[in-house]
Amino acid sequence: MIPIDFEYYRPASISEAVESFQYLSKHKKNPMYYGGGTEIITWARTNAIHPGAVIDIKLIPECNVMDFAGNTLVLGSCITLSALSMVNPFPLLSESATGVADQTARNKITLGGSICGRIHFREAVLPLLLADSRMVIAGSQGIREVPIHDVFLQQMRLAVGEFIVQVNTDRKYLSLPFIHSKRRQIGNVGYPLVTLAALKKDNRIRTAFSGVCAFPFRSLEIEQVLNDKALTPTERVDQAIDKLPAPVLNDTEGSVGYRKFVLKQTILEALSKLGG
Amino acid sequence: MPPMEFFDSATYSIQFQVNSEWRKVRIRAADTLLDALREGLGLTGSKSGCDNGDCGTCTILVNGLPIKSCIMLAVEADGQQITTIEGLTNSPMLQAFAEKQAFQCGYCTPGFIVNCHGLLNILPDADDETIRIWLESNICRCTSYEEIREAVKSVFLAHSTDGVP
Repeated sequence: MIPIDFEYYRPASISEAVESFQYLSKHKKNPMYYGGGTEIITWARTNAIHPGAVIDIKLIPECNVMDFAGNTLVLGSCITLSALSMVNPFPLLSESATGVADQTARNKITLGGSICGRIHFREAVLPLLLADSRMVIAGSQGIREVPIHDVFLQQMRLAVGEFIVQVNTDRKYLSLPFIHSKRRQIGNVGYPLVTLAALKKDNRIRTAFSGVCAFPFRSLEIEQVLNDKALTPTERVDQAIDKLPAPVLNDTEGSVGYRKFVLKQTILEALSKLGG
Repeated sequence: MPPMEFFDSATYSIQFQVNSEWRKVRIRAADTLLDALREGLGLTGSKSGCDNGDCGTCTILVNGLPIKSCIMLAVEADGQQITTIEGLTNSPMLQAFAEKQAFQCGYCTPGFIVNCHGLLNILPDADDETIRIWLESNICRCTSYEEIREAVKSVFLAHSTDGVP
């Protein structure tokens, strides 16, 4: 049971959603946009968040698109992860989505929620970082399309009152060779010790990671080293690990040493499979 | 205030179809669907386990799709079709669980049955790997997994040998 009360709004358009947020903010309701809602419900149940109102954006048509516009794949932020995997327009994203939570939970978790979540793994963002996707964001200033690298810096950097409407990805990225590897402490469901998504474009390997540091990331420095053919694969991986953007996590899932060991093996396998 | 559908923090009446019957229930906007089913409608077959979307014992079908009712607000179900374990009393999946004794304490059983019933309807030709992936959504603390897997597979096998396309 959720021990707090909040109001529930169900706008049918982007403008209604934005206006609702502004109205509710003005009235000190601490509104939150609500997609799949799984994190909001679980955090609210434990009294960790206290929204005075939630704005359910699932009825907004633009948030439910899964189609091509010319050579661009357009994915609405309210598409569920299971729907993404079922339709499979972007195989690497499907694999990332399939690694999140479990099948039933993925019937509720949305693409937008997975990217914006407080839980730091946010694994669905990895393929989008590799494919240089663009985020369509709505807010009081209107609708803007922004390169993901400009707004996803460790986490989504949305202004107050903004929400993700869609994610746009160029078709050319969808069929490139890729690897997705999620390593857990135990079993097939749960948070990762290491998740690696890799994609090969123009004979260069791009890599993005979750579970290694306290945020998901793609590092051009790491990619530079991993694609340095003058080094052996082992040398490349060792140098890549030296270039991690933050301390390696040390928690009940795994120690720093163990995570680095798993990370090293995972990258080596990816290099081997992708011919790096 | 923009004109739109909203539910404030007082109680409201919503309506959804539960096990083929339209039912009204009064809820808070912050009530989960599990709360509404158990406390509002007395449908206690859906169990409260982790209340965190992990264990799957509260699984119900929303428009045929398995959903953990502890991580869905009741207001989201307004106007939708809900199936709970009470609506599956004569289903092949429930009978298979009984015949194969695919339970010990039985607390997780409704969630498993509802989830697998949903799988049978959505993917009647599901292969072993798909069945395995879907079964990962539910946890059995008594570890009856082998019997559960056997029960589920027996239903899919019967379904395929019956010649149902």
